[in-house]
Amino acid sequence: MQALVIAAHGSHLNPDASDPTYAHADTIRETGAFDEVREAFWKEEPHFREVIRTLESDEVFVVPLFISEGYFTEQVIPRELRLDDWDPEKWDSDGTSASQATLEATDVGKTIHYCGPVGTHDAMTDVIVQRAETAMEDPDVGEGVGLSVVGHGTDRNENSAKAIEYHSDRIADRDRFDEVKALFMDEEPEVDDVTDYFESDDIVVVPLFIADGYHTQEDIPEDMGLTEDYRLGWDVPAAVDGHRIWYTGAVGTEDLMADVVLERAADAGADIGDAREAVRELAASAAEAGTDSSPEPNAGAGAGD
Amino acid sequence: MTVATDDIEALLAHASDGIAFDGLHVTETDGEYALETPGNEWTGLDDDALRLALDSAAAYVTNWRYWQKTVGGEGTARRAFLRWCERAPLADADPDEATPGPWSGGADEANDRPETLGVADRYDALSDGIDREWGQLSITARFVDIDAPNGERVYDLWHVEDAGSDLADLEIHDDPRDARELATYDEDGRYRPLKTAPTLPDGWAFTGLSGAELVETVEFFYPATVANWHRELRGNLDVDHWLETAERQTGIYDVIDELPREAVEWMAEACCVDSQCLRRREWQYEEGDDLAVDGGNGPFPCREPCSLVVAAARKWATLESEDEHTYELELTTSELNQLEELIDAVAEDRTDEIREADVYDGANRYRARYLRAKRFDAEGDLEATRVDD
Repeated sequence: MQALVIAAHGSHLNPDASDPTYAHADTIRETGAFDEVREAFWKEEPHFREVIRTLESDEVFVVPLFISEGYFTEQVIPRELRLDDWDPEKWDSDGTSASQATLEATDVGKTIHYCGPVGTHDAMTDVIVQRAETAMEDPDVGEGVGLSVVGHGTDRNENSAKAIEYHSDRIADRDRFDEVKALFMDEEPEVDDVTDYFESDDIVVVPLFIADGYHTQEDIPEDMGLTEDYRLGWDVPAAVDGHRIWYTGAVGTEDLMADVVLERAADAGADIGDAREAVRELAASAAEAGTDSSPEPNAGAGAGD
Repeated sequence: MTVATDDIEALLAHASDGIAFDGLHVTETDGEYALETPGNEWTGLDDDALRLALDSAAAYVTNWRYWQKTVGGEGTARRAFLRWCERAPLADADPDEATPGPWSGGADEANDRPETLGVADRYDALSDGIDREWGQLSITARFVDIDAPNGERVYDLWHVEDAGSDLADLEIHDDPRDARELATYDEDGRYRPLKTAPTLPDGWAFTGLSGAELVETVEFFYPATVANWHRELRGNLDVDHWLETAERQTGIYDVIDELPREAVEWMAEACCVDSQCLRRREWQYEEGDDLAVDGGNGPFPCREPCSLVVAAARKWATLESEDEHTYELELTTSELNQLEELIDAVAEDRTDEIREADVYDGANRYRARYLRAKRFDAEGDLEATRVDD
């Protein structure tokens, strides 16, 4: 038997923080690729500390639903899972290249494949592009459009920015968008000045965050000048300094994220059969159905209104 | 009751290895079988005679098939929990483990020891349904088909407050995942970050769940409680005490091990008592140094401070690092009493119950507004003067 654990942050204050985790877990449950699928959290239950003991499987794939290799993925999760032999060196990563490490959870004696975060997986690049497609309701979006991948960034951990830049570079290499730029909340270049970095009239801004919350629904829309007050919502697109800014929400809510989780587990040796194809088809049909499926909790009037 | 031929054939396939399960014993010696149940004994049976004998011990055969074929999972918490649900003997229970597990589902200490039922009594009871309580959950184990029971069980689940409700008045669910949504908000629509808070709303029911679905549903309501109950049952619950947990923390929670010993007591009294959480606190200050405050009578064990306690401890560690001072302020005796009433009302989550015009309650809104109008200064601060500087 094999089990999948999706390890996410969760929240004591915001009941919606865990929604993407549940949604992606349910998508993977539907594929039947794993005998057991569990959500686990730092701030909700089951806690990282107690999730492994709820499983009957001997082989467990743990995929962190986090953006970068940093404090949570390198310290908190392995410690709380009781992966006593863990050392970040086991990932042998340059900051964005972690794949997995095989360890034992000492309270239960099970084999744990501890995977790198979803945020640095190559498949994440596709999710960002898909979010751009759903935000602009155009499956061929690219020509004449600038794309900004926005991350938290922090001077405390260089890997935080690396993940954002990694995907920006990969998208730029595809020559699909006229311009691609990585921007940050807490370091230069800052998202506040988004229009300074683009010549294109249309700029689609995709925040590389796992869940919608304070940063994606309050800070970033106000910082970019989409709205005076996030509570009033904003237009998609919103006119700022002669540009049209297309901004919806955290990329982590995109249906295709379930595919990244699956790929992480498959890279670590999970037998997932044709689950990826099933998830990709599901995500594609949801994307084709338009923005109905993509959450826009606070984004005032939709495009075309 | 008749036994499906399939069940008998399935059992026969295992008969030569010997069967000893729930009062049913089958042994084979030199091609002859012996069959024994608590009420009967047959010896010297050939294949056909064994089939006939098994047919007359139908309950034991279908019971064997349900547990060994449908449920399976020997040694798992899932299996132990499902057996607990119908008061079946628990094979892996540690007889020396005297912890008050939720054996009876009630508070009666005398009933805390396992009261288990043999197959015959259980089969009688399963026709009516066997009820158990797990926190605020009421679980009923019953036969799928009461008129012609074939041993197949299903499970119903609702809020203990709804035990007497008409099913037609409840919102019916059959997908375990629905439990996540039901467990997210209390009856006033407030977020429940602590799943084991005694604030689960009522008005819903899950009916006709399989055993696996029941466990999945219970685990969405109360995550990890089945696993930890099972560990406690077997006498290997791994408790992490306050100091171990606090010292393990890093980042913004690195400070919580500085919380004074007495503050840990106050914290446990504030957060970890029955009125706030259904878990029974088994962790102490450290091994050999118990907290004075009682761990409560909750049905499932709490094996380490939860993330809410850790997060709150950070706030208290900061607050407890402040120095104490002496302040002077003018209050009447009744106003001093009123401050106590206000704190009590918030601490007991009673403010919503205080009637609009009940000015006799010190925590009444008008009484609080009056006190503020009288005793706060223009800046909105209590008029108090520090006298020890």
